[in-house]
Amino acid sequence: MIRLRLVPRAQPSRAMLFVAPLLAIALTLLVGLLVFAWLGQNPLRAFRVFFVDPVSDMSGVSELFLKASPLCLIALGLAIGFRASIWNIGAEGQMYMGGIFATGLAIAFHDRGGAWLLPAMILAGAIGGMLWASITAALRAHFHANEILVSLMLTYVADYVVKYLVFGPWQDPQANNFPITVQFSDNALFPLLAQWGWEAFEGTRLNASVLITLAAIPLAWIFMERSFLGFQLLVSGLAPAAARYAGFAEKRMVWLALLVSGGAAGLAGVSEVAGPIGQLNDRWQPLYGFTAIIVAALGRLNAIGIALASLLMALLYLGGEAVQITLQLPKALSQVFQGLLLMFLLGCDVLVNYRIGRVPAAAL
Amino acid sequence: MTTPILALRGIRKAYPSVLALDGVDLAVQPGEIHAVLGENGAGKSTLMKIIYGAVRPDAGTMEWRGRVVRVHSPGEARELGIAMVFQHFALFESITVVENIALALAGPFDLKALASRIAEVSQRYGLPLNPWRHVHELSVGERQRVEIVRCLLQSPKLLIMDEPTSVLTPQAVEQLFGTLRTLAGEGTAIVYVSHKLDEIRRLCHRATIFRAGRRVGEVDPAKETEESLAAMMIGREFPRMQRRSHTPGEVALELVSLSVPADGPFGTPLREVNLRVHAGEIVGIAGVSGNGQAELLEAITGERLVADSGAVRLAGQPAGRLGTTRRRELGLVHVPEERLGRGTVPPMSLSENALLTAYRHGMVRHGLVMREPAAAFTNACIEGFDVRCGGLGAKAQSLSGGNLQKFIVGREMRQKPRLMVVAQPTWGVDVAATALIRQQIVDLAAQGVAVLIVSEDLGEILETCDRVAVIAGGRVSPVKNVFETSAEEIGRWMAGMFPGGPAMAAKDAERVPA
Repeated sequence: MIRLRLVPRAQPSRAMLFVAPLLAIALTLLVGLLVFAWLGQNPLRAFRVFFVDPVSDMSGVSELFLKASPLCLIALGLAIGFRASIWNIGAEGQMYMGGIFATGLAIAFHDRGGAWLLPAMILAGAIGGMLWASITAALRAHFHANEILVSLMLTYVADYVVKYLVFGPWQDPQANNFPITVQFSDNALFPLLAQWGWEAFEGTRLNASVLITLAAIPLAWIFMERSFLGFQLLVSGLAPAAARYAGFAEKRMVWLALLVSGGAAGLAGVSEVAGPIGQLNDRWQPLYGFTAIIVAALGRLNAIGIALASLLMALLYLGGEAVQITLQLPKALSQVFQGLLLMFLLGCDVLVNYRIGRVPAAAL
Repeated sequence: MTTPILALRGIRKAYPSVLALDGVDLAVQPGEIHAVLGENGAGKSTLMKIIYGAVRPDAGTMEWRGRVVRVHSPGEARELGIAMVFQHFALFESITVVENIALALAGPFDLKALASRIAEVSQRYGLPLNPWRHVHELSVGERQRVEIVRCLLQSPKLLIMDEPTSVLTPQAVEQLFGTLRTLAGEGTAIVYVSHKLDEIRRLCHRATIFRAGRRVGEVDPAKETEESLAAMMIGREFPRMQRRSHTPGEVALELVSLSVPADGPFGTPLREVNLRVHAGEIVGIAGVSGNGQAELLEAITGERLVADSGAVRLAGQPAGRLGTTRRRELGLVHVPEERLGRGTVPPMSLSENALLTAYRHGMVRHGLVMREPAAAFTNACIEGFDVRCGGLGAKAQSLSGGNLQKFIVGREMRQKPRLMVVAQPTWGVDVAATALIRQQIVDLAAQGVAVLIVSEDLGEILETCDRVAVIAGGRVSPVKNVFETSAEEIGRWMAGMFPGGPAMAAKDAERVPA
């Protein structure tokens, strides 16, 4: 029997570090073809329905951006924390809080708002996400609580806060007891790009919130790759003792990482409630906060990588819906593909850092 | 000649980027203390790990008492009767000393009985050790004691000691040598890995010398001089330190009755420490690890704040409550004991590691990192200190210990300090790098910088420093001019026997009538 072992590579190839995600995508598609065949479909046709048809027209492309935008925004914030080894798993809850804070303003100024209302909601949403994340930050920085558990559990709390509000005080009186708030007034909604005279987006739901994400990508890139604060975060993640030795305050790093990721998730929440949904309701559970963790990993904690990964992940969402409608396949295929992608990515990463060798039979 | 207890032939081992051993032979007789001599990176540690079964060779054979054997694991090596004290300790930090030793020994898991055996063995060999302490609380020196005691408990037939004396007092070294000679007299073979030439000449019966993965010779060390051994080991002349006369200037660091609580439940509290370091002089603090060095260094560098602000004065200013960054602004630089993970970030490049502490020297503008000044600074460190590496993009973890230490010392020195605090400047560093580092420290002091060295290597302190003190039990001895003291006196002080020291204080207390 030939016994195999993993041998560490002396100098992992830098190029392979970037090829690995592409390889993982290719392998995912390949296995995807097999899955389609196994489900009794013509693999090429199913492939086209899943991956090509959803983005074959402008309306599809708009939907892609609409889904990719919050994913990208959240993942950028998470990546900044992940580089400092601060594992905020609760972006979903921070996103809910962003949505709640923005909704509060939208309801309070439903008939009285002006052009200031939307900017105020954006600000409130970011603050809401930060406040929710700051609970985790305080417990981690001052009581050494595990930020993974705290942030995850707070997500469920945030979910119940949403439910309480839409079933209770914020319920639309004219909604026949449906758990929804009023539809936001125009002042409380992101304008559609089509309304700004971008004819290409005529008839699509794409709104101005994508501009926030577009602005966030270069800002996050500069912060992570060029700023001294980004460097300090990276050091405290890689070698906490070195950070202490250099005088980078650990508590400050924890607060910074959680506030940035919480704020980004809060903004994503605003872009949802003041965007395609236009209200707060109990069905709003896009799981962007969790999917963004995969996006951040797939994008190599790099701003540009994350932007590309968010597009891919959005396509998986759309493809899942498309095969359900067109081929009556389960929508859960989206998650199958997400899982395959993550697994192949992790596998490729192992091979970037290690090579497979035979256990020498003649070893002493 | 009798059959060697251990004979290695043609051992070869390649790692992804280096050929660690290139067809090496070694023969050890029963009852022999056999030195394996070579610089760091010569392949000594790899060869020892092969004997111990922790690393498998690519080629070559190993004979144990005349029979070819294959050792697949340290467990099999221990069954043969081979024990090893590693240079880098293989201890679990979160459990106690006795639990660590129990894990390495076969047999029933009776911690109480084992603890009393540990106490007995450590007593007999002069290696004081509390079996119930957690390993993460122990200093480097204390961890090594755990390793030595662990091996002695197994009554080995071959004992490998990888640089065992670097953290012992001179008296403890003598005691250990006595132990090793007794063991050898009883027929135990000892492989003694070191680059300390005087120890090898005094202790060892034979020496095999390695250089760059090859065996370059076998000699009787007693018939060689330190110079000839060094020349064989490094392949060229042995550099000598150039001393200078010392003219102290103003007080750069002053500790005034500094008392600090212990660093964790097993740390050592500092008691009433008084110390002055002047510009232009090198003061050394000798002492066995775990006697308050960690607390002293943290209190000086600001990693731990002191309630009494005036107890630490930097350049005349009270600094006890200033953090690390503020103290660096006052001209303090620091070379820590742990090079990887504290002095540097292992997976980061050298230029990023330059940024770690030197960032305030024009490398950050408007919150952004300026790459050119950082690169220029890094290159100056690499060239000025002869750092052998793959350029400023090389990762810190890819450098050998000596080269990494040269880089760290260079990085700190180039920040125009007023006071440099160095912990264990040359621990585990090869001869050539040691000489360079010590020379650079001496030259820095000659330019008027105050230097404080905290080291367990007494030879280093006596060679490098102008004035010397000893830390024992959290108290610091009076400071003496290095020419007015001796290794013997320092050794007694290390055991706490100095005016106001822990041993004397105990005696004084006895004298007081009840």
